[in-house]
Amino acid sequence: MSLIARAIEEAGIPTLSMSSARDITRSAWPARATYLDFPLGHTAGRPQMPELNREIMRDTLSAFETLSVPGSMSHLSYRWDENDQWKDKVFAPTEKPVDSDQSKSGNNGYEDDRVARHDTPQYQTEADELAALKSHSDEECKICIGIDF
Amino acid sequence: MAEALTRVIAGQLFLETRETNMSSGLPNRQPPVDYIPRITAQYAGLGYGEYRWLASETEPAWTPLTKPLSKCRLGFIATGGIYASGQTAFHFKDDTSYRAIPNDVEISELRATHFAYDLTDARKDINVVFPIEALKSMVEEKKIAELGPNSYTLMGGIYSTRRVVEDLIPPLVQRVLDDELDVVLLVPV
Repeated sequence: MSLIARAIEEAGIPTLSMSSARDITRSAWPARATYLDFPLGHTAGRPQMPELNREIMRDTLSAFETLSVPGSMSHLSYRWDENDQWKDKVFAPTEKPVDSDQSKSGNNGYEDDRVARHDTPQYQTEADELAALKSHSDEECKICIGIDF
Repeated sequence: MAEALTRVIAGQLFLETRETNMSSGLPNRQPPVDYIPRITAQYAGLGYGEYRWLASETEPAWTPLTKPLSKCRLGFIATGGIYASGQTAFHFKDDTSYRAIPNDVEISELRATHFAYDLTDARKDINVVFPIEALKSMVEEKKIAELGPNSYTLMGGIYSTRRVVEDLIPPLVQRVLDDELDVVLLVPV
């Protein structure tokens, strides 16, 4: 995403990148960034908490006018929970009993929870797949752009 | 109150401002998660090849705002595999396509599918990764002047930098220019 931010900025439009992965954003180095210390999948807030999410957005957008050094990042002060314990489990090896047969699995305690990388559209629901088929066969869809298959 | 931190990492100078007025001073606060070493270790543990993280070596371009934010038309671009029902969904293998989502879309029509993050909360309330309602509130509050006609969504997690640069960025930048946006907010997952 930071590549895109940098390209838009180069094209003459100011950008601001939201982030909840400080080190990844820092490495990719966009012009302006705000850091929200929430688990991945919550870049803009929490479910069904519109007031909190508005507050986060207000603070985020303010960075357009407060950041003045290229490549700088502002840390927002929100926290996910009282003790930040969610951080202990992020991409960490799974704890297993000592007598588990770990040596044979060869995964050093990590579980492969990633989804296979199919190259066909992955619909959330079957109804969506039918809706997409219909809108395309009716040539109603003018908003799927740049589809690369 | 904000504490300014200057860091030099791999030859890069970073200025970070950390809010110190609220929760950061509370007990039990852990530092930000360092994802790069954790994900690198997981991939190595699973026997996968090394993922090459984007490490920009030059300072980013900088375009100053030419008017107050309250006068600006804002557009936003989100990764996270979001589409509207009726659109073709994203696929999971270096998908460099994008979707234009009209900003008058019904929230109930928005979907998220992705291979790399926990979708539970995004499917409960898409605003956690696609903050359309908060941004509409910012228009009402006159924090920004208006939103562009569309938001743009991407899959993200594209392994090929070359394909991002050659296939995805040029049409997306053209979209941003055509929409006559004054500022762009990026919302990655």
